[in-house]
Amino acid sequence: MSDALLRYVLRLGDTALVTAQRMIERVAGEPELEEELANANFALDYIGQARMLYTYAGELDGNGADEDHFAFRRDAQQFRNLLIAEQPNGHFGDAIVRQFLFESFYVLLLNALAQCSDARLAEIAVRAEKEVRYHLRYAMQWLVRLGDGTEESHARVQASLDEFWRYTGEFFTGDDVDAHLRREYAGPDLTAIAEEWRKNVAAVLAEATLTAPADVHMVDGGRAGRHSEHFGFLVAEMQHLQRSYPGASW
Amino acid sequence: MTDEEWPLYEVFIRARSGLSHRHAGSVHAADDEMALNHARDTYTRRMEGVSIWVVRSDKIVASDPAETSAFFEPAEDKVYRHPTFYEIPEGVENL
Amino acid sequence: MYTQGLDQKTKTSDKPGPLEGPEQLAEFQARVDAEEKIEAKDWMPEAYRRTLVRQISQHAHSEIIGMQPEGNWLTRAPSLKRKAILLAKVQDEAGHGLYLYSAGETLGVSRDQMVADLLAGRAKYSSIFNYPTLTWADIGAIGWLVDGAAIMNQIPLCRCSYGPYARAMVRICKEESFHQRQGFEIMLELSKGTDAQKEMAQDAFNRWWWPSLMMFGPGDKDSKHSAQSMAWKIKRFSNDELRQKFVDVTVPQAQFLGLRVPDDDLHYNDETGHYDFGEIDWQEFLDVLAGNGPCNRQRMAQRTRAHEDGQWVRDAARAYAARQRAKAA
Repeated sequence: MSDALLRYVLRLGDTALVTAQRMIERVAGEPELEEELANANFALDYIGQARMLYTYAGELDGNGADEDHFAFRRDAQQFRNLLIAEQPNGHFGDAIVRQFLFESFYVLLLNALAQCSDARLAEIAVRAEKEVRYHLRYAMQWLVRLGDGTEESHARVQASLDEFWRYTGEFFTGDDVDAHLRREYAGPDLTAIAEEWRKNVAAVLAEATLTAPADVHMVDGGRAGRHSEHFGFLVAEMQHLQRSYPGASW
Repeated sequence: MTDEEWPLYEVFIRARSGLSHRHAGSVHAADDEMALNHARDTYTRRMEGVSIWVVRSDKIVASDPAETSAFFEPAEDKVYRHPTFYEIPEGVENL
Repeated sequence: MYTQGLDQKTKTSDKPGPLEGPEQLAEFQARVDAEEKIEAKDWMPEAYRRTLVRQISQHAHSEIIGMQPEGNWLTRAPSLKRKAILLAKVQDEAGHGLYLYSAGETLGVSRDQMVADLLAGRAKYSSIFNYPTLTWADIGAIGWLVDGAAIMNQIPLCRCSYGPYARAMVRICKEESFHQRQGFEIMLELSKGTDAQKEMAQDAFNRWWWPSLMMFGPGDKDSKHSAQSMAWKIKRFSNDELRQKFVDVTVPQAQFLGLRVPDDDLHYNDETGHYDFGEIDWQEFLDVLAGNGPCNRQRMAQRTRAHEDGQWVRDAARAYAARQRAKAA
């Protein structure tokens, strides 16, 4: 599996970019002005991560592909992001729940990647981890405010949790690429991360007076390029100019 | 719910260690932790700081502009508090 | 950015307040004439306060509404670099709205009140944002022309007599210095590109040129509040002076980009050393200001929707904070 590292780096880049794209859709729609600044900061961090990861992917690929090639000139099926990232936005509570569930995992993953034996990937992970640690602090605090806020906010955010929970199984399933990374590059131990994730998430949910849904059927497929129906629209919109004017420089 | 906005906080930023915190502006926030986040996200986007203070605006005690003359003008005739008040003869050094 | 319409009329009268004797007014004017800054709690004529509230809140609303036309292209930005730059710019607009609302709040009016005035249609924002962004070139044109016009307006405001407003403007001008350049860079890239890209640039220029000139507000002979605002040093240059300056610096930039200025009357006047330009369609300006521009209703609907959709979130945070305080007590 000579291209496992490349595939792994692209997955991370895809999840970062798709996460940013959903955040960007929310610009000028936040509940308060200060939250506009926060949301834009998060999206800028993710765009930055996607650029670093895609640039590295281009180097690993060795065919002269740049960051924009991966973002704008691949079809939807070639993206390998986590499915949670591509789900439509919904309301502020949905955004907070998505961010909390994903980033509780992502921060652990980045921590582990910071220790991996591939120097470039480790370096990117160190930088991204600092960004995501702050995001997570923000998301956790908001989850507690909404969960333990008003009756309405509690009901809304519990429904968000019930909805997004089904996409968390995919964080930990792992496949041959993950296995390769673990074996050859001292990559993340997904079993250990899963255990820590459950513990951390349970503690925050308890403080937020929210209940993790039980017996949810977990949805999988992002790693195999099996996306939700919404995803094609996200990609078409994002790639519009590059596709309509092939070869143009912007 | 009463229709009341989130309280106002004043934001003070230390630009780098060795300097004192300086007023940067204000943010609205529902609680102290949120105020810190908002201050960070609003006022340190261009590496403006290494430390943030936030304080509820209504907790600041300020002098009254109407009292300006009573507060500050009495200091005007205490020139002997400044080193330039004193005449040192030529030739005297290290003073 | 975006300070046009700063002296638009509102329904409140500018009659002096009850306790304003001629001596007090003269003393205030003397402070202003001496270039002293007026601070939040200082005595000030009621009309001065009202003028500032009107101007600062219009300025803040313009920043917030201005996020929409540019935000329209965030998801479609043609490269990751452009996406990041545009997002940073739109974010700055949120920040600048915030700084300006804060300056307005020092005058004793709450942000909630200012927002309520906007949503109820009692307060105005810059008419430029009621035009649509139809192609990517519009993002370039806005940065280059609209921010360019805004900078002309804003730099003198850094010396405004009201301290909190002047300080907000200093910060804003500093942060905005990249906004116009990124717009010009987008136009430059298009002008060096394919025929389709060049056409896109010219089309955007054609649509944004005249509305940009309108951003400086009505001509001096029709400007209602100018004389008083100049005396109070809220305003330092007249609308027409700033507009002329904008034309003079922008025309050579357009020539550099290979763009044709959509004005058959435009020519350099050797005697005055300025560009003479054609008549502005003031009827269009008044129509847009009256709510009949291409996007007025859309912009207000989106702002209103965001505000209403956020109500339960703001309530929840307040309820949580109240409960935490009660627990701590």
